[in-house]
Parts: sequence; C-alpha cells; structure tokens
Amino acid sequence: MSTATTTAVTTPVMPARPWLTTAIIFAALLTVPVWLPMLGGYTALAGRVLVLGLAAMSFNLLLGFTGVMSFGHAAYFGLGAYGAGLTLKYIAPSTPLAMVGGVLLGGILGSLFGRLIAQRRGVYFAMVTVAFGQIAFYVTYSWDSLTGGYDGLRGFSRAPLNLGFTTIDITNNSTYFYYFLLFVFAVATGLQALLLASPFGRTLVAIRENERRARFLGIPIERHIWMSFSISCCFTALAGALYALLNNFADPMGLHYSLSGEIVIMTVMGGMRAFWGPLIGAALFVVLQDYISSMTVNWMSFVGLIFVLVVLFFPRGLLGMLQKGTEK
Amino acid sequence: MSMLDIRNVTKQFGSLVAVNSVSMQVAAGELRAIIGPNGAGKTTFFNMISGFFSPTAGDIVFDGTTVTKLAVAERVAMGMARTFQITEIFPELTVRENIRIGVESALGLRQRFWIGAAQKAAVNRGIDEALILTGLTVNADRLVGELSHGDQRAAEIATALTLKPRLLLLDEPTAGMGEHETYAVANLIRRLHKNSAYTIVLIEHDMRVVFNLADKITVLGEGKMLAEGTPDEIAANPIVQEAYLGKAE
Repeated sequence: MSTATTTAVTTPVMPARPWLTTAIIFAALLTVPVWLPMLGGYTALAGRVLVLGLAAMSFNLLLGFTGVMSFGHAAYFGLGAYGAGLTLKYIAPSTPLAMVGGVLLGGILGSLFGRLIAQRRGVYFAMVTVAFGQIAFYVTYSWDSLTGGYDGLRGFSRAPLNLGFTTIDITNNSTYFYYFLLFVFAVATGLQALLLASPFGRTLVAIRENERRARFLGIPIERHIWMSFSISCCFTALAGALYALLNNFADPMGLHYSLSGEIVIMTVMGGMRAFWGPLIGAALFVVLQDYISSMTVNWMSFVGLIFVLVVLFFPRGLLGMLQKGTEK
Repeated sequence: MSMLDIRNVTKQFGSLVAVNSVSMQVAAGELRAIIGPNGAGKTTFFNMISGFFSPTAGDIVFDGTTVTKLAVAERVAMGMARTFQITEIFPELTVRENIRIGVESALGLRQRFWIGAAQKAAVNRGIDEALILTGLTVNADRLVGELSHGDQRAAEIATALTLKPRLLLLDEPTAGMGEHETYAVANLIRRLHKNSAYTIVLIEHDMRVVFNLADKITVLGEGKMLAEGTPDEIAANPIVQEAYLGKAE
C-alpha cells in the first residue's frame, strides 16, 4: 500500500513515483544560489518565487483541494504583510514574532470572514470574497496614520535570527535569507501535505468531488469549508509576512484584487490538482514578469497570452501535464 | 416498534401537493419497495425521510425518535444512509478512497489531522469489509469514474454501508441499467437484506426486482397512498392494477 501522504496529495493525478516531484523540486530549490546566477538571475528572484509559490499553494488548499473559489486571497496576503511590518515597527524587532503577527492578523480576519460566507457557493462565494478583499484594500489604503496609506508601510526591517547558541544574519546576507525563506516554505508546505493526507484533508477532497455525497456521509460541509478557508488564510498570511520581510516594506497593492487574480493565474497555470503545481506556476509567473517587464511595460499581456495557451493545451496545468506524462 | 414510522406527511411546493398525507411503517429488518407512476411523489417522499427537506405537515419517527426537522448530518449520525437516482459518488477517487472517506466519517475521525496506526488499521478493516460485502475488491484501486454503471452504483452503496446504517434508503438502484447489471445490483440488495439483515426502503421501477425482493410494497399515485401489502396482495389489488400496473403494461 502506498503511504497516506502520497495518495491524498497527488489525487487524482497519480504519478508513478510520487516522491520524485518533491525530490526534484527540493534539489532545485536547495541549489538555487549555485545555478541561478549562472542563468543571469539573482537570489531575491528565487525568494519571490518561494513567497508567491507559498501563497498560491495555500490558496490552492481551497481551490484545488476543497473545490471552493476565492477571488480575494490577496487580502490575507496583504494583511499578513502588514501584520509582520507593524509587529517589527511597533512591537519588537523579532523576525519570528513578525511572522506570528502576520499570521494572526490575516488568519483571524480571514477566519471571521469565512464564518460569514461558508454557506455561499460558487460565484456567490467568489463575489463576496472579492468584496471583502476590496474592503480590506480600501481600509489599508485610507488608514494613513497606521499603514502609511498609498505610500505603504516603511521604517521596519527584518531582524537577525537569534537561535540562542548563535545568530544568523538574514538582514544583510541574501543567501542566508534565501535559506531562511526556504526553511519556512518547507515547514509550511510539509504541514499542508500532512493536512491533505489526514482524514480531515480527505473530507475536503470529498466536498470538492461531490458535496451531496459528502453531506450524506455525515460530513458537516459548511464547518469544513470554513476550516479550510481559515487554514488557507493563515498560510496565505504567512506568505504575506515573508513578503514583507523580503522587501522590508508592505504596501496596499499587496491586498489589491489584481494580486488575487495573479494568484489564481499562477495556480491554474501550474496545475491546481497537483500539490506542487502552484509553485511551478509562481516560478513561471515571476520569471516571465522579470524578463518580459525589462523589455516592455505591457508584460502582463504576454503573461495573459501564455496563460490562455496553457489553459487551452494543458488543462491540468504544467505540472499536472508533466506528472500525467510520466505515469506508467 | 417499527424502525421507521411516517405519520401523515404532506409536502407542498407552492400550490402543488407533491405528497398528500401519506403514512407508512417499516419494521426492523424489512425490505420495503415504494412504487408508483412518474410524478407519484416517490422521490419527494424519500427526500423527506432522508432529510433533504422537511415536510409541510406530518411527522417522521426513526427508531423511536422524531426526526421531522433534523438536518441530514444528524439523521446520518442516527444511522440513516441513502443513495440517489443519479449515482452520487467521488468520481476522481478510487473505490478504496471513496469508501475510506465514509469509514473515517463513520468512525468519527473526520475532523482529525492525524491518526495513529491502530486507527488506520481499523479504517482499513472497515474498507475491506465494505469491499467484500459489495464484491468490489477486484476494482478497489480503480477510479470510480471509470467503472461500469452497475459497479458505480455498487460503490455508492458501499460508501453508504460504511455508516453501518440501521436504515438504508435506495432511490432507484437499478435505474438506467441493462439486464446483467440490474441482476447484479438486485443480488447485492438481496444479500444485504437476507444475509446482513439490513432494513431497506427502496424506490424501484423494475417490477421484477420489486416483486422478487420486497417483503412489502407501498404504492403511491399522484401524491397519495394507493395501496400497501405483500407482493401477492399488490399484484392482486384491482386499484393498483387499474391505476398503475394496467397502464404500465
């Protein structure tokens, strides 16, 4: 029998060697500082991939594994960023505390909001998530004294990591900071994998597959959608907190619906039924953005074109298609 | 005491009276078939029993407890399980995973983020039991969406059985099936009834299935109860012959 982890995570696309994708991805991520400069990239670019990849994977707990579409996930990403920034600026210069602050702000507001909307379905659910996202955006935008308004929140920076026996300088050393991001990313996605392999995770897939059957098996649908939404918001907020640490800056555009749309694009492009799909989508998105935006300000139309091509020719997304291809 | 006691239930949709003051008692271990022409109110009646919606008037008593207003999840927790006219299943999961979700829900593990080896073993035992009972062991690791119509129905019944229901409700279990598949599903229902002593209420259009399996038959017509009795009594009933069997044949 295959292990519980692999069955749930890769359903329904079930690659012949479930651990292969994970191994390849981590081998590539661990060696980024070696190979990325050779290709003309820079380490901060890889940091962006990890952060946006984590946001998209967290979003995908909802879209790909619960079958519920949120169009306002940037709100929790942005709130996570502000939570981290405000913690560093006003409470204590501690990087771990900043992450906790970000997760709490985004997670608690997401959970409260999720409680109100768990009864809604389909396009109604999507619309109210957009509405809440825009409320959060305008509040952040207008609350000048606390958030810095349009200019964003400045005047904070990530603090060195104090592990007790030693201190790691993630403030100035970009390689150390990259490995710090990778560590948080690995822990967060590991928790997501465990979640999806648990009985609770299977009820989410059950809701995605057939809500009526799930209900008649005694699964309290609304409660589980709410839990899934809250968990997804917490992880998205963690990604937002990492984004604030990466840039030493948080701005209202981090909550804007255009970022919500980009998260959806990354997820669908990479493959929403594959566990690592959204990360692949985020990598493609960040690289396209970086290369094409250096050539034209209309880079988004090229990303759009590529998105359309991927959806038309690889409906399972890039990773979904690759895993399907290596099957048998 | 009867397992299911339905007292004068009525369901009105606007000005349409879909079910009009119908009563029915089903004893423990009984297999009851509900028949009637299209539009007789059979599925509406079923939906009230399973909690899909509540009746406009009347009461439903399940094993001594009034469940008229209870939600689906509460009725499921009390031991009521059902299948649907159009098979409701998790199509992109394997048969085993379909059943696993039911077993874990039945064992109260559905909100667990972690389960130990002993619980995993208990879940796997439950899965194997349901697979053997429904004869799906050979197809256990195939996606349900890829199975034949009859096997998909068997898989749906298997997920319902994971709840160890005291009352199993089957809405047209052989709908849309060929000769061979109908025979297989009817056999499965017979085994569940005879060997495992399940209490079963089913809606069915195939008269051979009904008259072969049922202990008692309830006939509905235009929302009203037309007749109730053993298969022999129903076959001989002139009202039923005129209103239903006569027209159908």
